[in-house]
Amino acid sequence: MFDLYFRQYGFIAIFAGLALVVPLGMILISWILSKVTIRPHMPNSIKQSVYECGFEPISGPWNQFNFRYYPVALLFIIFDLEVVFLFPWAVSFGAMSREFGIFILIEVVVFIGILALGWIYALKKNVLNW
Amino acid sequence: MCEQPEGLLNFCRIYNLYEIILPSWLSSLTYLMSAITLAFAVINMLIISTALYTWFERRTLARFQSRIGPNRWGPFGLLQPIADVVKAITKEDTVPESADKIVFNLAPILLLITTLLVIVVIPLGPDSFMGSLNIGVIFIIGVTSINTIAIFMGGWASRNKYAMFGAMRSVAMLITYEIPMGIAIVGILLLSNSLALSDIVMSQTIPFFIVQPIGFFVFFAASIAEISRTPFDQIEAESELGSGFHTEYSGIKFAIITLAEFMAPIISAIIITTLYLGGFKGPNILPAEFWFAIKVFILIFFMLWIRATWPRLRIDQIMNFAWKPLFGLGLFNLFATAIEIIVFQDNATGFISTSDYWIISGINWMFAIVLFFAITQIMGSKNKEKIKHSYEANIVR
Repeated sequence: MFDLYFRQYGFIAIFAGLALVVPLGMILISWILSKVTIRPHMPNSIKQSVYECGFEPISGPWNQFNFRYYPVALLFIIFDLEVVFLFPWAVSFGAMSREFGIFILIEVVVFIGILALGWIYALKKNVLNW
Repeated sequence: MCEQPEGLLNFCRIYNLYEIILPSWLSSLTYLMSAITLAFAVINMLIISTALYTWFERRTLARFQSRIGPNRWGPFGLLQPIADVVKAITKEDTVPESADKIVFNLAPILLLITTLLVIVVIPLGPDSFMGSLNIGVIFIIGVTSINTIAIFMGGWASRNKYAMFGAMRSVAMLITYEIPMGIAIVGILLLSNSLALSDIVMSQTIPFFIVQPIGFFVFFAASIAEISRTPFDQIEAESELGSGFHTEYSGIKFAIITLAEFMAPIISAIIITTLYLGGFKGPNILPAEFWFAIKVFILIFFMLWIRATWPRLRIDQIMNFAWKPLFGLGLFNLFATAIEIIVFQDNATGFISTSDYWIISGINWMFAIVLFFAITQIMGSKNKEKIKHSYEANIVR
């Protein structure tokens, strides 16, 4: 039991820990190099200003954005959830269709059909045209 | 004692080696040590292959454009990646004064970890994989989605307009392409009846890209978009946005981001190999891991070919391509596969024989050719008017 569980999830934890070491180690080496003056570290206010075509930046970037990002986010949530609901159906489809026949398919046709109506509505409303 | 000594990168093989050194009452330490050894080996393998891949990409792209490419350091310029690392690590690391420092520093770390973490569930050989998760597909989808957050963190924390534009575009693009990707994967799950990647590989009596050409096309296009390679690289459109979300990064943090960016094609090719090309399966001449590597290499070269050949698409073309043709094709593939399973499967065991798989592939290829032809006709002829229309609408708004 321990063996099985370890090989499924414990391994991923260990791998994630080691994967964390890689970028942290790279940053650490770079930091050490700056301490022994191999890597320069001479910040000044011009160097630390943000890049904007060589001009001084006018107003911050955290301001209003195009509205079209919002419908994309909404549609993403709807259809991504649809895909997630399809996963268990797809995994058990072979076994279920032997037992219940075509009914399993019709069920999902109805489920996707409702969402596909929404997709066609969005298509007609020009939401999907960026 | 641990059984199943198959495969080169086998957990049991390393476990048995450690068991010789360590006493038996320290079995949990043995587990830990062998796991760390294996994880260390795989991470290093991935990083070294990424370094070689940067050389390979620059060299091949140069040949595509009748240049020579890097050829100074080492034979054929093979030591170029090391020179790049030395350069990046000795450059000054500037952080903008107005940036959100914590998020700014966290973004490259998160980006690299999520890129590395995908390989943990991939079966690299018959028994040489690390986390043999029974929900491997869901793990892959979940972990690759975190990339989006990391990219947005980097762009948002930079307080740079170009970085912010790049980040917003990337979020819109990456989340959009996750939908066709997911639908294409559902087509595979219908055939494999399992979420574990090793089961998916074992169920491929003939590779799934022959059985489901439409699904393969959808998944391939979506995964190129997910790693934001050239036909879809609006994230770092150099001519418009500086270099997108990592405009403000320099020095070692830039190197980390570049490492993750160049590792992404390898990871993506590994996922496609596992799902569609039959993973480690192949004739018995070579070990299974070599077949896996060969297939990954062919896919990487194919991606490079696409990058060298095609121009960058506009953001509106990218979004239209995801929502209209790819989404529709994915749904079509799903239903076609489901109907074919009902027709062809054995009613007692649910088994589909190899000859039936060939018949299914023939039907699917016919559909694929007709649909691709129709889509190129529709997208090609009507595109101009629609784009003109949407531009005018923008000006009025």
